[in-house]
Amino acid sequence: MIILFFKRALKDILNNRFLNVVTIITIALSILIVSAFILFFVNTSDIMNSWKKGIRLMVYLKPGVTEGKRLAIKYKIQTIGGVQDARFISKDEALERFKNQMKRQSSLLKNLKENPLPDAFEIRIIASSQDSEKIELLASQIEALPSVEEVEYGQLWLGRFTSIFNLFRLTGYTMGCIFFMATVFIVANTIRLVLYSRREEVEIMRLVGAADRFIKAPFYIEGLIQGALGGFIGLFVLFITFIYVSSRVEQGFSLNLLSIRFLSPGIIFLIILCSMFVGWLGCFLSLKQFFKV
Amino acid sequence: MIDENSKNLIIRMFHVHKNYGSKNAIIDITLDIPQNEFLFISGPSGAGKTTLLKLLYLGESVSKGQVLIDGMNLSRISRKRIPFLRRKFGIIFQDYKLIPSKTVFENVALVLEAKGIKKRLTQKKVRSILRVVGMEDRPDSFPPSLSGGEQQRVAIARAVAGDPKIILADEPTGSLDSESADIILDLLKRFHKRGATVIIATHSKELIHKTGGRLIYLKKGRLMKNT
Repeated sequence: MIILFFKRALKDILNNRFLNVVTIITIALSILIVSAFILFFVNTSDIMNSWKKGIRLMVYLKPGVTEGKRLAIKYKIQTIGGVQDARFISKDEALERFKNQMKRQSSLLKNLKENPLPDAFEIRIIASSQDSEKIELLASQIEALPSVEEVEYGQLWLGRFTSIFNLFRLTGYTMGCIFFMATVFIVANTIRLVLYSRREEVEIMRLVGAADRFIKAPFYIEGLIQGALGGFIGLFVLFITFIYVSSRVEQGFSLNLLSIRFLSPGIIFLIILCSMFVGWLGCFLSLKQFFKV
Repeated sequence: MIDENSKNLIIRMFHVHKNYGSKNAIIDITLDIPQNEFLFISGPSGAGKTTLLKLLYLGESVSKGQVLIDGMNLSRISRKRIPFLRRKFGIIFQDYKLIPSKTVFENVALVLEAKGIKKRLTQKKVRSILRVVGMEDRPDSFPPSLSGGEQQRVAIARAVAGDPKIILADEPTGSLDSESADIILDLLKRFHKRGATVIIATHSKELIHKTGGRLIYLKKGRLMKNT
């Protein structure tokens, strides 16, 4: 019986090509946009996580700090909750690092008479403390220590980026819901048009004793096929776009090479499933209304 | 207590009424139809002939009264059971009601597919029925390419494909020439001989006289004559 339903569904799709193509393209576009958002989140999360791993607090000391005081400060920093370790960077080491980074502009450093850079501690933070609020608290605790001049951790960009990321996430959810509803509506309308064009046939089937299940099953299969095809096409277009874009994006921020990746097979499978659900749901709503009469 | 006679009654109607708003289409009809009856329902246009047939297969539901079909009380039947009720019937319409996008073969096979009959058996049965109605040479034709008489023969084939107990025919020869009408009538007599109960709604006196059989006469929704 399932094979019969499947054959009827395929036949119906071929007989109503235009309507079905419109529906499949609509689903594909919705999947494309929603999947693009998901792809953005996935890669941004990866970047955020790798940046968080690389988050360092730089604790700049006041000039003239003795070794004894320096050791005491290091001890106090290491006992603060959230600190993984604290590494001392002398002003001389800092200047060497700076000179290496500024190799191409070395002429700027030629006339430098004395080292302007301070002694500092580079603090690494434990994973559970790597959010902007906790980092801020940690920084203020360290800043309160004696002989600490300043604490720096890129507060501006981290806070802004987190806000932008959250905004994108909210926008993604909202757009996802809107596209979901719009797509279900369009699929339901397509099926309604098909049912309307075949109302006489459906009526005849009911008169000869066909059960509702016998009449509805091919339509449900049609909806699932539309959803699956729409999902595959949307993801395929996204993949091609991804290949094109990623080959043009320069990689390598600071010392870490960042690699952007496509969606995992698990997420792809879920998206296809959701797409098929959208197709099925549109059919269900349309058939429910049609058979109520 | 059920008497011996009522066991053979395949259709029983008790004080049946059907209203469409303020219009009374069927008024207080009580009627018993035994198995293997050949029955004509006659009357002028608007008498309620088609409505009466619809009440039998639940194309419409009664406003008042009870209808029993082969022991099934239609007022107590659930929506899910309606397809099973309709499989007891083979219905023939004046306008044939064939699916134009399906071939002759597919139109007839639909009944058997709906019952879940396997493909091989369906094919065998459809070929056999098409032979009986004289349409074995046109299995791949589409209804719009057939004459009226040919279409009605296909409709009869579809109606009998599921071996129904009751054949309902609403003006089956209404749009046909006399030669085609005779062919249709012969086919209905043939299936009647095989054991089916045949009920024909018609205003054609010629058809009634040619066949004989029981006649009920409706006028303005009421049963005027039952012979």
